[in-house]
Amino acid sequence: MRQFVLKRFCYSLLSLFLLSVTIFFFVRVTGDPATLLTEPGASEADIAAIHQKFGLDRPLVVQYVLFMTSLFRGDLGQSFYYQTPVMDLYWSRLPHSLLLAAVAMAFSLIIGIPSGIIAAVRIGSFWDSVGKVFALLGLSLPSFFIGLLMILLFSVYLGWLPSSGSGTPLHVIMPAFALGWYFAAAHMRLTRSSMLEVLGSEYIKLARLKGLPQRLVIAKHAFKNALIPVLTLAGINLVLMINVAVIVETVFAWPGIGRLLYEGISFRDFPVVQGVVILGGAMIVAVNLLVDIVYAVIDPRIRLGS
Amino acid sequence: MSTTTITEVAAIRDTGRFRLLRSRDFPLVPVLIILTIALVAVFADFLAPHNPEVGKLAARFKPPFWMAGGSMTYPLGTDQLGRDMLSRLIFGARVSMVVGFTAVIFAGVVGTTLGIISGYMGGWVDQAIMRLTDAWLALPALTFAIFLAAIVGPSEMNIVIILALVYWTRYARIVRGEVLSLKEREFVRLAVVAGCSKWTIMRKHILPNVMNSAVVLASLMLGVVIVAEASLSFLGVGVPPPKPAWGLMLSDGKQGLMVGYWWLTVMPGLCIMLMVLSANLLGDWLRVKLDPQLRQL
Repeated sequence: MRQFVLKRFCYSLLSLFLLSVTIFFFVRVTGDPATLLTEPGASEADIAAIHQKFGLDRPLVVQYVLFMTSLFRGDLGQSFYYQTPVMDLYWSRLPHSLLLAAVAMAFSLIIGIPSGIIAAVRIGSFWDSVGKVFALLGLSLPSFFIGLLMILLFSVYLGWLPSSGSGTPLHVIMPAFALGWYFAAAHMRLTRSSMLEVLGSEYIKLARLKGLPQRLVIAKHAFKNALIPVLTLAGINLVLMINVAVIVETVFAWPGIGRLLYEGISFRDFPVVQGVVILGGAMIVAVNLLVDIVYAVIDPRIRLGS
Repeated sequence: MSTTTITEVAAIRDTGRFRLLRSRDFPLVPVLIILTIALVAVFADFLAPHNPEVGKLAARFKPPFWMAGGSMTYPLGTDQLGRDMLSRLIFGARVSMVVGFTAVIFAGVVGTTLGIISGYMGGWVDQAIMRLTDAWLALPALTFAIFLAAIVGPSEMNIVIILALVYWTRYARIVRGEVLSLKEREFVRLAVVAGCSKWTIMRKHILPNVMNSAVVLASLMLGVVIVAEASLSFLGVGVPPPKPAWGLMLSDGKQGLMVGYWWLTVMPGLCIMLMVLSANLLGDWLRVKLDPQLRQL
């Protein structure tokens, strides 16, 4: 077990190492990073000062070590636009992202799990087909298009919901739906296949032979076991939602991390862009590691198999 | 014997070249949509009534022809710079198609090659490639693509390279798995005995056998890549203006939405939706038909 955890931990470190190397070299290979690290229109002297300050005149390996040490100290640099440390900006935006992700997740589970169960229990029925169409659309429609259509319908024509911003519960409805549909589709598909697998198992047959009514078989026996993979996926997806919301947050001007990334891009605020990407990557690598370890604890086949 | 059974028997015996096309659940509509968009992209120069990049400021925000104030000069209306929407949509098809297909093929070539090498060579080569693939897969694809695009600057070529860089891993993983089982098959072992070099075996014996999976995966990736390109363009780090890309058009039209210029966003959005939906339906069908191993995907 310890060996397994250690191995997985090393892989995660490798992922982070690759992420940092890619970011580091891409910035330096594609041009002078000093132009990215100074505000647009900076003077020659400013650029020279940046060169000296960040050691850009030194060998690449030395530069990389410097880059990594400041990272480990939690120093992601200073935002040009806001004139505050990137880390502070990130922490101030994170609660908004968490709120949006939590509501989107709740929505995706409330829609995804029941519809997945109905689709599995009544295979080939009308509701199964409705679920299939819902899932296909969720997986195919880009979130920005869903978002813009909703604004058009609910804000422009009906005037029920605010089109952008945050502050009231009404503000969160449309972004959460636009973000959650894709995940609702994913949760629905997994619930359906997981339920089908469980329903075919021996203990369900036994429960039926015992003469339990269908309702009890589904609710008490099948549902609980079918839920395990869905909840695991939901855990990973929650972290993903925080990090892929950039499009939805841009459409609805929702002040989360994704919006921060978008602002970073449009203001050419390079430290912000770099910081958000590094922290997002680290978050996802960490949650993957966590899931691997939890799975290995639950299921010995996984840790022995590898 | 009724007619249906006769055709069914014929269908079973039919092993000709167009067997796949004649199967009953063939996704005809999606394929027609993709073909239409492809033809529109190829013949954009002849089809577009106006120059997609130059507009008349006097003719800004003209609505589509069926609405009050619209005319057949601009059948689908004009945008904030007075450019013809129809022409922009037609040329936008070219951007989506070119970026979508080249990125999918680029990613496919890189991923399949690495997957074959990794699976066939084994040992430390396999370890190195697979660790790289795992590490790459752990990163959030879209965020990473946005970051790369923000650094290297927007251009069609850069977007293709970035999307290929981000999405090759999926091919590598699946192709490697296939190669591992192919490697043990008789015909590969015989090729070794016959004295074929490793490269010859990989190229002539392994590659043709993993092509099915690669094609299925490519068709499933097409939708993903087109949405990714539209997302990058939407955020302003994709195809640079004034080039008409559907994602960029949506983003430009966003401002007009609140004052009722709905056609600026709805039309490019519908185009993206049709394209991605068709690609996904075709991909799903190909997966079931061509590749039983990928059905679990």
